[in-house]
Amino acid sequence: MKNAIAIFKKELRSYFSSPIGFVFIIFYLLVSNAFFFFVQDFFRQGQVTMRGYFAAMPWVFLFFVPAITMRLWAEEKKMGTVELLLTMPMKEWQIVAGKFLAAFAFLAITLAFSMTIPVSLMYLGKPDLGVIIGSYVGALFLGSAYLAIGLYISSLTENQVVAFIISLAAIFVLLLVGIAPVWLNALGSIVAVCEYVSLLSHFNNVTRGVIDSRDVVYYASVIALFLYLNVKNIEARKWR
Amino acid sequence: MIHVEGLTKRYGQSTAIDNISFHINRGEVVGLLGPNGAGKTTTMKILTCFISATAGRASINGHDTFDQPLKVKEQIGYLPESCPLYHDMDVTTYLTFSAEVRGVASDKRKGAVEKVISDCDLGKVTHKLIGHLSKGYRQRVGLAQALIHDPAVLILDEPTSGLDPNQIRDILSLINNLGQEKTVIHSTHILSEVEATSDRVLIINNGHIVAQGTPRELMSRSSGTTVYVTVKGSDVQGQLASAPFVKKAEKISDARDGFVRLAVQGADQRDVSLDLFKLAVEKDWLVSELKAETASLEDVFAKLTRG
Repeated sequence: MKNAIAIFKKELRSYFSSPIGFVFIIFYLLVSNAFFFFVQDFFRQGQVTMRGYFAAMPWVFLFFVPAITMRLWAEEKKMGTVELLLTMPMKEWQIVAGKFLAAFAFLAITLAFSMTIPVSLMYLGKPDLGVIIGSYVGALFLGSAYLAIGLYISSLTENQVVAFIISLAAIFVLLLVGIAPVWLNALGSIVAVCEYVSLLSHFNNVTRGVIDSRDVVYYASVIALFLYLNVKNIEARKWR
Repeated sequence: MIHVEGLTKRYGQSTAIDNISFHINRGEVVGLLGPNGAGKTTTMKILTCFISATAGRASINGHDTFDQPLKVKEQIGYLPESCPLYHDMDVTTYLTFSAEVRGVASDKRKGAVEKVISDCDLGKVTHKLIGHLSKGYRQRVGLAQALIHDPAVLILDEPTSGLDPNQIRDILSLINNLGQEKTVIHSTHILSEVEATSDRVLIINNGHIVAQGTPRELMSRSSGTTVYVTVKGSDVQGQLASAPFVKKAEKISDARDGFVRLAVQGADQRDVSLDLFKLAVEKDWLVSELKAETASLEDVFAKLTRG
């Protein structure tokens, strides 16, 4: 665990060692707040709820999370630092875990800045804080699943732009399969499978403030699967 | 200390190294010599557990690189070929990070970082971003991170490439100092570096070890010292060929005014210019040139690697 923490600290520091980390957070807040207050027209709704904010989250994360993960492996490969990293006395999973946790922490910090919205809501009325807290936890699960996918894809290439685009495409597909069944009803049981696989359908409960253990198991499995694939892909370098 | 047996690595169809075996003792400084693409880097990558061999075994201090990679990695300091570093970190932060993942205890980290900073002469740049450093300084940072945990074995892949002559001299003298207590393998294709630093040389070509030995041993494998002489006299070549100290006397060209230029090799590969001079005096020849040339490691290298 000590090694994973060392990697975690290095990666998290790296997010803030240049203005990019801060620019990213500001841009995220601008986009998500503008969406919530203006596109969804919060002020005309007459309700102090963040449901609309969280409903948009799978789509906002679709663009932001791949940007968080794209450099984590691709840059190491491009700069050659991966060779030093992997010849230090650490197990591959420790490095993967450290990188994942750093990306998670960065996402959590970004989300923490959006807490200005619930604070504003508390001035305007009496929002249901239980629902809001539940939704934040759900958003972290959703974001972590995206991060695990993005981190894995970053390990497949040394080009950050390629990592970004492929991650975005992969997540997009995993979101869409949850929508497709509406017009694929004729196919019967496939609908249920598609719905189960989709990152989106599991998030619907979350926006209602419900954290269902089935959704937690789903997100945990997606995270575990892609972190496992990531470790295997890093180990496979030895045989190429 | 380092034991390699029958090591082979294939990348798809192409074979990078083919059945290489060698042994390196504790405290030896060994130069891995070979043209580009000979298999030096591949060998080093296997020793550092970055990649696995297709066949054969390698072990460091009794630990197998395949079965016990963590044990192996703990014992080595490694400087990869292009000296990759995190450009967004400053020197102290980077070295502290290296110390941490290399397993230096937290109370000793500061001391370890200070030691390598002074050993590698990085005092002036401790708080500069690595991305802003010159190539020579970066190379020293690369060496510093390889030394941070005081490893028993140092594996340096072309530590002097791209440096200016002064920087090369600094790095070589650093390697010389390190070689007093550590086992060092360094690769290069510059022969004078090997002559200056290494106890032993392994010459690799096309994935095979084509020669190994001390630089002196390798040089003696060549034709030894050749004496070039330009003389005028009767039947010079015939008389030289029959002289007892001469192994071979070859005419190179006719010079002006009846002089001939010859290349003479001594019987026991030694420099025979004095004997030649005495003979010329005895026979009353006119001598206009007398020059001894000793074969260098470069000649050996060229001979072995050009097939």
